[in-house]
Amino acid sequence: MKKRKDFAIVLCGEAGQGIQTVEQILTRILKQSGYHIFGTKEYMSRVRGGSNSTLIRVSSEPVDAPVDRIDLLLPLDGKAMEHLGERVGKNTIVIGDGDVVRPAERRGNFHPVPLGALANEVGGALYGNTIAAGLVAGLFDIAAGDLDAFMGRFFAGTGDAVVERNRLAAAKGLQAARELVRAGKVRVDVKKNPGVAGDVLVNGAEAVGIGTLAGGCDFLSAYPMSPSTAVMVFLARHARDFGIVVEQAEDEIAAVNMALGAWYAGARALVSTSGGGFALMEEGVSLAGMLESPLVVHLAQRPGPATGLPTRTEQGDLNLVLYAGHGAFRRCVYAPGTLEEAVLLACRAFNTADRYQVPVFLLTDQYFMDSYWNVPGLPLDEARAVRHTVRTDRDYRRYAFTGDGISPRGIPGLGEGLVVADSDEHDEEGHITEDLALRVRMVDKRLSRGRELEREALPPVRYGHEDGDVLVLGWGSTFPALRESLGLVGSRRISGLHFPQVHPLPPGTAETLRRAKAIIVVEGNATGQFADLVEKETKVPVTERILKYNGLPFTVEELAERIGKAAGKEE
Amino acid sequence: MAGNRFDMGDIDIAWCPGCGNFSILEALKGALEELDIDPARLVLVSGIGQAAKTPHYLRANVFNGLHGRALPPATAVRAANPGLVVVAESGDGDMYGEGGNHFLHAIRRNPDLTNIVHNNMVYGLTKGQASPTSRPGFTTPVQVDGVGDEPFNPLAVAIALNASFVARAFSGDGEQMKEILKEAIRHRGYSLVDVFQPCVSFNKVNTYQWFRQNTRPLGKEHDRGNRMEALRRAMEKDPYPLGIFYVREGGACFEDRLPPYEKDDTPLHLREVDRDKLEALVRTKRET
Repeated sequence: MKKRKDFAIVLCGEAGQGIQTVEQILTRILKQSGYHIFGTKEYMSRVRGGSNSTLIRVSSEPVDAPVDRIDLLLPLDGKAMEHLGERVGKNTIVIGDGDVVRPAERRGNFHPVPLGALANEVGGALYGNTIAAGLVAGLFDIAAGDLDAFMGRFFAGTGDAVVERNRLAAAKGLQAARELVRAGKVRVDVKKNPGVAGDVLVNGAEAVGIGTLAGGCDFLSAYPMSPSTAVMVFLARHARDFGIVVEQAEDEIAAVNMALGAWYAGARALVSTSGGGFALMEEGVSLAGMLESPLVVHLAQRPGPATGLPTRTEQGDLNLVLYAGHGAFRRCVYAPGTLEEAVLLACRAFNTADRYQVPVFLLTDQYFMDSYWNVPGLPLDEARAVRHTVRTDRDYRRYAFTGDGISPRGIPGLGEGLVVADSDEHDEEGHITEDLALRVRMVDKRLSRGRELEREALPPVRYGHEDGDVLVLGWGSTFPALRESLGLVGSRRISGLHFPQVHPLPPGTAETLRRAKAIIVVEGNATGQFADLVEKETKVPVTERILKYNGLPFTVEELAERIGKAAGKEE
Repeated sequence: MAGNRFDMGDIDIAWCPGCGNFSILEALKGALEELDIDPARLVLVSGIGQAAKTPHYLRANVFNGLHGRALPPATAVRAANPGLVVVAESGDGDMYGEGGNHFLHAIRRNPDLTNIVHNNMVYGLTKGQASPTSRPGFTTPVQVDGVGDEPFNPLAVAIALNASFVARAFSGDGEQMKEILKEAIRHRGYSLVDVFQPCVSFNKVNTYQWFRQNTRPLGKEHDRGNRMEALRRAMEKDPYPLGIFYVREGGACFEDRLPPYEKDDTPLHLREVDRDKLEALVRTKRET
């Protein structure tokens, strides 16, 4: 049997079977035991039934991207084998209940373990997921006592009987695994690193939440919508500790208008939504443009149009945020690819919005929201709130003309001045005007901050070979998978460029692209929205677009193959 | 009104001569002056329409947002700084039509603000289409066969939702309007003041004279603490009662229920990120 320092485990079953609990248990205890871990899930938009799966990579090295390969599969229901299809290869170890996975469906190295009977011994089918968790833990170097103690902590507060049964279930799973290992049927050879135990383990949603806290977010108005709701839940959980107003609005229109009212009164407000919800917020984006109000929008993308695939992933809303809102005004779009970037950019979004008085978008997606991995730390020292409001005097004019096109932003009640903000075209004081010459000056004022926004744009992150002449461009959540895939391709001709900021593009982008022989843009949508933007802004043609829009994230192997093929054409 | 701190002096006002909005503006300025409110601590929030221009005509902080959207930002202003006095003011189309959903939910939240709705039963700024409160049979260039829909009854809806202060005034009676506005602004919680107001340009039916003939005071015997009675009176028409229909005292306001204000009312903008708690939060993610 092939030894792997990086082991890919998939658990697959119905909604309601507790796969998420298994994921939570395993990612935590494996990390605590010193393994690098990565976890992500794909699930159907239903509360019960269907087929959902969770991928957990356990590794001796840091891991942060999804793979197709399955080294170990735990099918928890009869539909799992079919659901995973060709990902179950001949080298895949499959551990399942012989009564659940029927002989005709068995593939890979099937090892029967009577999971159902074990669960019944403990107290019923309900405990099947904990047995599965114990089974996976038992394949790794985790002491029975450590697992037992962990289960006690994990289920604390659910009642003594439930805690006891889960501890027993985990122990039975662990014992079953040890028997498989003793019999030489399964062998895992992933080394532990004691330092990993103290790493930070968060998912994308938590990283965004931590970044917003660091950025001084003190107001969230939102309407629940997958996959953005996790950020709302995070801030609600911490509202008391951090003094945050968290309001579930009656609709997204109310949410965005509340956020603008909050910024007006001095708060640092966030709206968190997905594409369909954001479509309702467009009037608010335009209002932010006219009011010269800061606004931070977290948009966790999912496939559209309309309701689309509610629980799946896509990078299909770039054009939506680039062009949302009628009228001409500036904006800024960030797209984190790593947990560290999510913290930094969520914080930066508040500072940029406040300083330049523009809407700032943080584009994530379902895949990023739902994926966990361990990192040595989060860059809190670099993530600090910087306020840009002023105390007003008696003669304060909200829209005063200044050298840089940015009028000092006062807030009502701070100083002696009056703050007049108006959605109509307005004079320097903020009152309605139809002075058309003044209108032109106001438009120019609102647009003039674009130069500074562009000058401050974050540069792309270069990875892969240092100066390859084939450039692979990506943005947002694809970064870790792209980085790992270039390692697999191993070509000295290929360099990767990850854009954590997609608009405005950083200065020098055109020069960088012009030096390349070929430009491959990789993104999770059907037309290549970022590729279009790059061509429009740089006038440099994109050679090849690698696109995906089936609702699933790019995997490392898939990218390696498609990039290898695309780069091969350039040889 | 000499010496009123809210006067803007000689400004160009966009309303038609004889418009009911003028007396609402004067009543509001009078009420604010008599309540001794500091213009720097007053925020007027409005949507779009002729009524929604009111904030531009008195000295105050102003958030003149979008059509139908006065209440969400007004609620948020109170939530961001409970030290501010907030008035959300717009017309019937704005508050009851485009903003109808916000109207319902603002009442449920019960923020401490005063919601003044200029109700002239017509769309003025778009030149005379039906509004949610237009009476059946009212003809316009769009509703050529006359309005067929049941008129929206804002007072009954507000009382049904247990709004904490519900009143109706008539712009033809400045003194009564001012007194109602004073009570509404003083009231802790959401206050609705629906103001009957003639549109002299686009509503030739519901004129000053029509409103005089089709309204009457609620009467001294009306018990404003009796919700069912208030609801019954809110259903009355021809004539429509005027006055304070319903007052509910003592309930918690939206702001009172928000975690940041459990200990004190410091506005959000005067607070700092608690970096120690942030570090501690990230530490818990190491231990999980």
